[in-house]
Amino acid sequence: MNIFVIMKRTFDTEEKIVIENGKISEEGVEFIINPYDEYAIEEAIQLRDDHGGEVTVVSIGSEEVEKELRTALAMGADKAVLINNEELEDSDQYTTTALLAAYFGDKEYDIILGGNVSNDNSTGQIGPRLAEKIGIPYVTTITKLDIDGSTATIERDVEGDVEIVEAQLPLLVTAQQGLNEPRYPSLPGIMKAKKKPLEEIDYDELDVEDDEIEAKTETIERYLPPKKEAGKVLDGEVDDQVQELVKLLRQEAKVI
Amino acid sequence: MAKKVLVIAESRESELRNVSFEAIAAGKEIAAGGEVIAAIAGENVSALTDALVHYGADRVIKAENEKLSTYTSDGYGQVFLQIINSIKPDAILLPHTSMGKDIAPKLASKLDAGLISDATAIELDGEDIVFTRPIYSGKAFEKKKVKAGVTIATIRPNNISALEKDESRSGEVFSEDVEIKDLRTIVKEVVRKSTSGVDLSEAKVIIAGGRGVKSEDGFEPLQELADVLGAAVGASRGACDADYCDYSLQIGQTGKVVTPDLYIACGISGAIQHLAGMSNSKVIVAINKDPEANIFNVADYGIVGDLFEVVPLLTQEFKKVLQTN
Ligand SMILES: Cc1cc2nc3c(=O)[nH]c(=O)nc-3n(C[C@H](O)[C@H](O)[C@H](O)COP(=O)(O)OP(=O)(O)OC[C@H]3O[C@@H](n4cnc5c(N)ncnc54)[C@H](O)[C@@H]3O)c2cc1C
Repeated sequence: MNIFVIMKRTFDTEEKIVIENGKISEEGVEFIINPYDEYAIEEAIQLRDDHGGEVTVVSIGSEEVEKELRTALAMGADKAVLINNEELEDSDQYTTTALLAAYFGDKEYDIILGGNVSNDNSTGQIGPRLAEKIGIPYVTTITKLDIDGSTATIERDVEGDVEIVEAQLPLLVTAQQGLNEPRYPSLPGIMKAKKKPLEEIDYDELDVEDDEIEAKTETIERYLPPKKEAGKVLDGEVDDQVQELVKLLRQEAKVI
Repeated sequence: MAKKVLVIAESRESELRNVSFEAIAAGKEIAAGGEVIAAIAGENVSALTDALVHYGADRVIKAENEKLSTYTSDGYGQVFLQIINSIKPDAILLPHTSMGKDIAPKLASKLDAGLISDATAIELDGEDIVFTRPIYSGKAFEKKKVKAGVTIATIRPNNISALEKDESRSGEVFSEDVEIKDLRTIVKEVVRKSTSGVDLSEAKVIIAGGRGVKSEDGFEPLQELADVLGAAVGASRGACDADYCDYSLQIGQTGKVVTPDLYIACGISGAIQHLAGMSNSKVIVAINKDPEANIFNVADYGIVGDLFEVVPLLTQEFKKVLQTN
């Protein structure tokens, strides 16, 4: 099976956000594989172990993404590809999709996996956009995946309910929490990863015209939410606190 | 300049979701005197069209077909593309729900258009439609617009107020003939798991439990309080990981992001990943026995105490005051 994973490097979930000159500062920030993409990588490795074939992890970003790609290789992926977009000034989900579509243009794939959303921009657009662009079906927010021949039977999370979906390969799926428990890279895994192929492609080597990757959207401003004032911790006997709270919620906050 | 706006409405279990009305209100603002057209698809949606007009749609397009009984991206995609191609809107709004998140990128890809996901506010700046949206799970915000071509956006539930319902409003309802073919994904079954009728992302009040609830049964007092307030029950990842509840209840960076009017956190420490999902709630109450818990730093009101004592008392007190009204 030809298995591909699309992966993004994102801020560690512990990070606080600092804005400098209108941009999100990356200074001193710890990066991780986007948590949802980790589920996708784990699922891809399990699929390969069950069905044979190869797992290729593809990411778009700067040279620094090599670190997260090596982590994916250490988890067990076979190959990694970095599409370097450092020289690309202006990019949005339309751009990213166009680059990925160009990359997949001459590839053979049975399944492409990704996270259902990234924890930075949180648009959740790339999976469905890409599937549409390359003409394959997609299923988002999946929590279970079984493949038998060319048929995939999938459970997907729909706001708490579970939908059981059937689709034919080739297919794109996006991972939801609960799909699996991503493994930690083992020490031998880390050693092996150093020798696995990591290909770097410059975005302008892909077969795509400039106007096909021009961002459709523009960010005008970024800002932090106003700091919350310290709240009121109630005191007295517990009965009084409860009465006071109910009164405050009704009369001061007016939310009940 | 007046604009033509298409709002894609959504129903769930034969009822329109409130976010459909919120999207219509957003559409009105963008239309600036132009036309707001609501579209709804399903197996049988005729009973729903009036409400779309009462909440502000100038015109409704319904698409009915037995193959639309459950949502599929292919089925609904064909319908909405057909409608888009015939009315040629300047802007398209969808709810930022499971359906909206699944289909909006497909439509945007097909139309080679820009899509702004998860908008919480809209303003007009001359000809530009400027959307506000949270990034980094609500740790920051950005304002964004589509540079050219049709503007597509998904609207986060609970942030833009719906218009008052006005039953005297009238508007034409059109039926779109659709032929649904080549469904590449087939929904075999839908297993309903949501316990109460109140959906987390649309709930006005949420009672959330953390590892402090200590067991599955520990959620019972929270559910009782939720029932009295018509609230939804949510959870921290701590509670989900400990198997006290289903992952579908998880709020936070890797769970749902919610913005209710009132969020009551019970036995939740307030880890940064949890705060990311709820800190933009209008009013936050924390109940925690540890006075040093980080949750108190974002809470508007706090009670330091044992949730198993405080929550039932709170339920009693609300019952009392809500009854006398
Ligand atoms: C990549 C990543 C993603 C994550 N995503 C999320 C996410 O989406 N959502 C999320 O919530 N977390 C997430 N987490 C986990 C997060 O870091 C915390 O571990 C988690 O939120 C802790 O849950 P908790 O507050 O319920 O548990 P704890 O931190 O254990 O807190 C329990 C609290 O209950 C209080 N308590 C105990 N007994 C009582 C009692 N009887 N009465 C009153 N109070 C009591 C304690 O004082 C304590 O403050 C993520 C972590 C990582 C690494």
